[in-house]
Amino acid sequence: MATQQSRSAARMMLAPAVVLLLAWMLVPLIMTLWFSFRKFLPLRGGDLGFAGFDNYTRFISSSAFWPSVQTTLIIVGGVLLITIVLGVILALLLDQPMWGQGVVRILVIAPFFVMPTVSALVWKNMFMDPVNGLFAHLWKFFGAEPIQWLSQESLTSIVMIVSWQWLPFATLILLTAVQSLDSEQLEAAEMDGAPYLKRFWYIVLPHLSRAITIVLLIQTIFLLSIFAEIFVTTGGAFGTKTLTYLIFQRVLESQNVGLGSAGGVYAIILANIVAIFLMRIVGKNLDT
Amino acid sequence: MLAGMATSASAQDTTLTIATVNNGDMIRMQGLTDDFTDKTGHKVEWVTLEENVLRQRVTTDISTKGGAFDIMTIGMYETPIWGANGWLVPLDDLSDDYNADDILPAMAGGLSHDGTLYAAPFYGESSMIMYRTDLMEKAGMEMPEAPSWSFIAKAARAMTDRENEINGICLRGKAGWGEGGAFITAMSNSFGARWFDEDWNAQFDSREWSDTLNFYKNMMDDAGPPGYATNGFNENLSLFQQGKCGMWIDATVAASFVTNPNDSEVADSVGFALAPDNGLGKRSNWLWAWALAIPAGTQNEDAAKEFIEWATSTSYIELVAEKEGWANVPPGARISLYENENYKDVPFAKMTLDSILSADPNNSTVDPSPYVGVQFAAIPEFAGIATDVSQEFSAAYAGQQTIEEALEKAQAITNDAMEAAGYR
Amino acid sequence: MARAVSNNRKLLNTVIAWTIGILIFFPILWTILTSFKTEAQAIADPPVFLFFDWTLENYEVVQERSNYARFLWNSIIIAGVSTILGLIIAIPAAWSMAFVPSKRTKDILLWMLSTKMLPAVGVLYPIYLIFIELGILDTRIGLIVVVMLINLPIIVWMLYTYFKEIPGEILEASRMDGASLKDEILYVLAPMAVPGIASTLLLNFILAWNEAFWTLNLTAAKAAPLTAFIASYSSPEGLFFAKLSAASTMAIAPILILGWFSQKQLVRGLTFGAVK
Repeated sequence: MATQQSRSAARMMLAPAVVLLLAWMLVPLIMTLWFSFRKFLPLRGGDLGFAGFDNYTRFISSSAFWPSVQTTLIIVGGVLLITIVLGVILALLLDQPMWGQGVVRILVIAPFFVMPTVSALVWKNMFMDPVNGLFAHLWKFFGAEPIQWLSQESLTSIVMIVSWQWLPFATLILLTAVQSLDSEQLEAAEMDGAPYLKRFWYIVLPHLSRAITIVLLIQTIFLLSIFAEIFVTTGGAFGTKTLTYLIFQRVLESQNVGLGSAGGVYAIILANIVAIFLMRIVGKNLDT
Repeated sequence: MLAGMATSASAQDTTLTIATVNNGDMIRMQGLTDDFTDKTGHKVEWVTLEENVLRQRVTTDISTKGGAFDIMTIGMYETPIWGANGWLVPLDDLSDDYNADDILPAMAGGLSHDGTLYAAPFYGESSMIMYRTDLMEKAGMEMPEAPSWSFIAKAARAMTDRENEINGICLRGKAGWGEGGAFITAMSNSFGARWFDEDWNAQFDSREWSDTLNFYKNMMDDAGPPGYATNGFNENLSLFQQGKCGMWIDATVAASFVTNPNDSEVADSVGFALAPDNGLGKRSNWLWAWALAIPAGTQNEDAAKEFIEWATSTSYIELVAEKEGWANVPPGARISLYENENYKDVPFAKMTLDSILSADPNNSTVDPSPYVGVQFAAIPEFAGIATDVSQEFSAAYAGQQTIEEALEKAQAITNDAMEAAGYR
Repeated sequence: MARAVSNNRKLLNTVIAWTIGILIFFPILWTILTSFKTEAQAIADPPVFLFFDWTLENYEVVQERSNYARFLWNSIIIAGVSTILGLIIAIPAAWSMAFVPSKRTKDILLWMLSTKMLPAVGVLYPIYLIFIELGILDTRIGLIVVVMLINLPIIVWMLYTYFKEIPGEILEASRMDGASLKDEILYVLAPMAVPGIASTLLLNFILAWNEAFWTLNLTAAKAAPLTAFIASYSSPEGLFFAKLSAASTMAIAPILILGWFSQKQLVRGLTFGAVK
């Protein structure tokens, strides 16, 4: 149906975006690859020559590497699980008739507007501080020993903070999907005497699958690179060092750009593994 | 819009961009910038950042010769390394009025490379014990001027009153080489430990390190605040100001904050003592200075020098004294301050000076070591290694691993990194 | 939904939803409240909720210490211009992918998204060096470009999903009537696409506003936005909950207000084509 002319016009229109993103991806990528094979130590005078695969072997054999991959996956997985489960529940709830629906919706999406640094600071100091935090006051009020959130429950705390930030996003997307649900089909099922859980499982959930996929994809992209939440709260201690954070430590704290770059390449590989995995499910669901 | 117009209007005047840390003394300096502009006609743009962010920001900029800043606020760790790399403008030609000989030798020494000064100290600090005189009395004990660790541990346990949320002792446990890492390293010196032997081999498998950590953790578990593994300088300061600590061993500059009745609930009952020792001849106090340095290659070198002379001069100290009182002047940088009659009345002046004088970066450990620095080793690799190591320590404080495990990992991390850097 | 619902059921829904809504909003509310307290009240045990001496002192301190207006202005310029620039580049691209799809369209789309997965810190040095080389360190223009590129994939994708919902028959019909490509875009497509473009603009403005890594690391004084403003309050000496709250409130207030007023648009914008 499309003419030859419109095809070439289309290509022209696509070109700027593709070229720009290609440059934005390739230039740093090539520089990262280059640095990863160099012994590049800014504090020792910069580029000290070819390093072969030294940086790669050193990065992967460091005791921090595998735990950091594991931490990354736990944080991404944990946040995804929480935001999607709570998001579905919230979306179903917000779709119900109620008074002041608009205001509630505003309250629920508000955390999305808060800068990650600010939200991490607020949670860390005003809620999770073991002496002056609100949680500590609450625990003491009920006569319990306050939890030392950021040291003893470090990963839980970070997953909590990040989930709080991303729950609004998941809720909104799922809400729009819930709103388009065919109510007649549901009513018919209700008439037939199908219990709520069954209706949810066989009608609601399949309908939401596409929206869930979108949430999964977009959030994973953002979650793989979370940084501020860890930098502000634990500084990578107590088992909260993600791969991104480990690279940050190598590049900026150890000032070993070569080693950090090799880490960057590993992170790209990990991201691609996750991406392929995601594309598999997403690609299937995105087919139209 | 306004900002844009302001910059274009003043294009011909010099505008200095200064990166600094968000500590109280620097914020005060920011408030007094007008005095500098009035005197010299140069304008100043401040980039005030939290310590960790500042460090990554200025290091990136200087190592790539980015030139985003005309003056950087750096410490005793960075200065000799950067000076050796030729990244900083030497400060050996400051004016006679400035009187560079007045800078405390300990500070000047730590901010020089090969005898050339590369950064002028804005304030200097060591660490000392700050304690609650009322709680000490209640516990029936008396703080000697130079206590030992065993006395501190006993006093800490005696002062602890969990019912009333009073912790006998508050110490840094937070990960990061400049936070808990600095404290435990300074403490380990008094236990006879060291980071490296003379051949740059890590020493975490030594008895001394294990004694240090065990002593620290036992004492803190019994008498420290909850969650001490995440407490750094600021957390402890606010605990102490709220009256929740019996003792606190930390930077001497904190003395003016804990004795300031505006901020501190316990301002009138604070005593001071030298940081503890263990009878091995080394005390557990550190030495640090926040200093102003000029990156080589800046367009505004002369104006930058004028600023440094203004900010680190005796007349700046007088300016602050006039506006905020002598207790709030930047301490620890100049000899003349401690000879000043007005400053002698300040309760923590003498103890600050004694603490500074008792720290020797060139000879900080009981057994000989190859590095310069008390709570750090002035080599480029140290910050990265010590951050990793202190993360392992913090995890041990929080009970996520044993001290033995933490030390084993520390040993491996350090040796690995030193090998990578070509020391071993 | 046209189902009849008893008032009891509605009341129950209302109570549950409001409780959850307030719980989720509480950290923000608490921050705003704390910003009006004195430092001592901010850590009072038991915490004080509404009955304290409201004070503006923290805002005065923050205002005195930093030039809030300039940080705010930089944030607005960087987030605003980068988003508009992104739209200008993305609209044609999304149009062509939606209406003249080829076999590779989906691959290109997913590839664009995958460029967002590179860890930013790994390329800090390369990018910093490029910025020095181009002389755009600490300039708004440099940041605008970087932030635009970061969000471009999301912009393209969001627009693509909107454009796809526009029925192709309308375009066919207009083509039959002899409309040129220009007319087709201006008079047929644009009106239908405006809501989608508006919500894309909003979402990406928010994302650009909150971008904290590059905006912090590539600026000094001149181009620093609110993310850098916050970095100077994150751990001052002594008691600081109230001042931190005031600074935080100032940093998030503009975007929060914008978000609330445009809430309806945003809700539509966040579909990402999730609704079929």
